Amino acid sequence: MTNVELPSLGENAEKATVTFWFFKQGDTVSKDADLVELTTDKAAFNLPSPAGGVLKQIVAAEGSEVKPGDVLAVIE
Amino acid sequence: MNTIDLGLIDYGAAYEKQKEIHSRVLSGELPQTLIVCAHNPVITIGRSAKNNGLKLPRGEYISRGISVVDADRGGDVTYHGPGQVIVYPIYKMASFGNDLHAYIRFMENAVIYTLNEFGIRGRRLTGKTGVWVEGRKICSIGIAVKHWVSYHGLALYASGDDLANFNLINPCGMDIAVTSVEKEMGRTVSSNDITAPLTRSLSL
Repeated sequence: MTNVELPSLGENAEKATVTFWFFKQGDTVSKDADLVELTTDKAAFNLPSPAGGVLKQIVAAEGSEVKPGDVLAVIE
Repeated sequence: MNTIDLGLIDYGAAYEKQKEIHSRVLSGELPQTLIVCAHNPVITIGRSAKNNGLKLPRGEYISRGISVVDADRGGDVTYHGPGQVIVYPIYKMASFGNDLHAYIRFMENAVIYTLNEFGIRGRRLTGKTGVWVEGRKICSIGIAVKHWVSYHGLALYASGDDLANFNLINPCGMDIAVTSVEKEMGRTVSSNDITAPLTRSLSL
């Protein structure tokens, strides 16, 4: 099981908004595929999947605000 | 380092080119690349837009010869036209310690350096990405990052010809004043004269 966490996007980027999930819960994802898009004030950032497997749970829904270290999803 | 000049090109065509270069930089086939170009009139709506950026119905822009497109970059609504120098750096964020905001500051510095070559004092305003001259915006920045490689980038307002089109939107969701290199200089400036120091200071 792998927790997908928001990496640090820089010292002044304290929060980001989840704007788009490329997969639904239950989908199979491959490592390094675009998993989720996050948006800070001036950057749109696609987070690649840290592992391959089934997207077991989306913890941070589209529209939610997250900060570095937060768990966004669980891959099994 | 590699620089590609696409000249005057539609926003959509330049976007396709960015995607192609992005995948070739990602695969290692190409070195990190600066794409330089200018766009026909277009209003782009970024992923951070809050619905108050457009002042007119979409069809109204089309009838004025301005396209309206959704852009997968950060930031709100902005306008691009032939009077702007556009640079899309396709850069590995590893060059900036994967710090997206450090990368944005790097671009702002490059623009401030370029303006300085013309004797224009550009500054950064805390919390307001871009470059400003006495409170007027002269450069907008909106980036996207995929697989830790950037695309989209910056627009430096060079000529004053179509600045009035900014009145048709609320740039970045705010009611702000804009200026250009020509307006600040009080004379015409060729975009090549701007592109040279700009690409030099954006070089890695």
